[in-house]
Amino acid sequence: MEWTSYLAPLSQGAWVTVQLTVYSTILGGLFAFLFGLGKLSHNPLVKGFSVAYIEIFRGTSLLVQLFWIYFALPILGQAIGLDLRFPPVAAGVAALALNIGAYGAEVVRGAVQAVPREQYEAATALNFTGRKRLWRITLPQAIPEMMPTFGNLAVQNLKDTALVSLISLGDMAFRAEQIRNFTQDSVTVYTLVLFMYFGMALVVTACMKLLERYVGRWRAAGR
Amino acid sequence: MFFGIEWDTSSQWAFAVSIFPILLHGLVITLEATVVGFFIALALGLVLAALKSAPTRFIRWPAKLLTEFIRDTPLLIQLFFLFYVLPEFGLTLPAFLTGALALGVQYSAYTSEVYRGGLEAVASGQREAARALNLAPARTFTHIILPQAIPRIIPALGNYLVSIMKDVPVLGVVTVLEMLGVARIIGDRTGGYLIPLTMVGGIYLILTIIASLGVRYLDTHLPKRGLSLK
Repeated sequence: MEWTSYLAPLSQGAWVTVQLTVYSTILGGLFAFLFGLGKLSHNPLVKGFSVAYIEIFRGTSLLVQLFWIYFALPILGQAIGLDLRFPPVAAGVAALALNIGAYGAEVVRGAVQAVPREQYEAATALNFTGRKRLWRITLPQAIPEMMPTFGNLAVQNLKDTALVSLISLGDMAFRAEQIRNFTQDSVTVYTLVLFMYFGMALVVTACMKLLERYVGRWRAAGR
Repeated sequence: MFFGIEWDTSSQWAFAVSIFPILLHGLVITLEATVVGFFIALALGLVLAALKSAPTRFIRWPAKLLTEFIRDTPLLIQLFFLFYVLPEFGLTLPAFLTGALALGVQYSAYTSEVYRGGLEAVASGQREAARALNLAPARTFTHIILPQAIPRIIPALGNYLVSIMKDVPVLGVVTVLEMLGVARIIGDRTGGYLIPLTMVGGIYLILTIIASLGVRYLDTHLPKRGLSLK
């Protein structure tokens, strides 16, 4: 069989991979800000919950989390009388987003803490409310600092999407495995898929670079 | 029954207690794969780092491209690639070694950057001073550069050791019986996924917390100004 005939099923899988990456990266970014700022909160409940979330999802393996959400959560739901059975797409996006969000939360926390103290003091002296200080002073300075690491995390997340093929989601890795089972032509299939992932990673990196330039546009040139 | 150990489904507690030794069997495999993969990553990373600082760009650029390629492609696909492609070239390794090799290859991209970063972080004044004192290049490297680079390199490598441990469950797809794979088999046979998978998560959490405390200890206790190699 010609290798070009693999392209149609692989690109179907590639589309699933792209969707998973986009959804879970956006959702993960949301978690990162939510729990990263939560860890800096003065409310012990919010802080404790955020720390627990970050430690649990950074401290265990993504595959353990994925299997737990997909296989164990429905049983737990049954025990407490809730229907916690999720379709593979939802379980996959949730596991990826929760995992990458925990790594991102530490980045958010670090960047926010790195904003010089004088900035807070000046904002307080100018009578900014807490929310305004966060939106107008802290985040605009902290976000550009987060971007290089966020770029790495987005590529990490793209690579991690391959694992959802193990809960029978039809992504690129899953299609590759199917084609290999069918044709036994493993060299061609996996070489092709490696290059497709590499290409996607380059696109993700380029997008994150654009975003980095966008969020840092207020900075003086040359900084 | 698994690894010759019977499980007890009379109550949830009894079940958890009875499968714990079975999971520990899996844990041993996980730790073995982590250590073997880590040493392969250390060695391959050294090779990549050396190639990336080669005197000619005809070696440097391909090495950089290769590092980028390894780093930007998923471990799972690299593992399948090695698992199915190596035998076609007549190299048939046991699943465990193929898995450890895949971990080593994936993480060599990261370790090579750690080596490079550690060496480059040594202030250039140190090289200049060594040169002014007429030290031979080899002696400069072993007695001036390395002692100052190692305290930066070791904690970073420790973090990757932890990451490798968290990636070992991927090897389950090529029939390596690591801890998560064992937990899944217990779940398949008893229908109770909740307890074994939660226990695996708990064991992972304990291990990574211990490991990150160890890394933090190294980070604060290694002398930043240089390690005596004598």
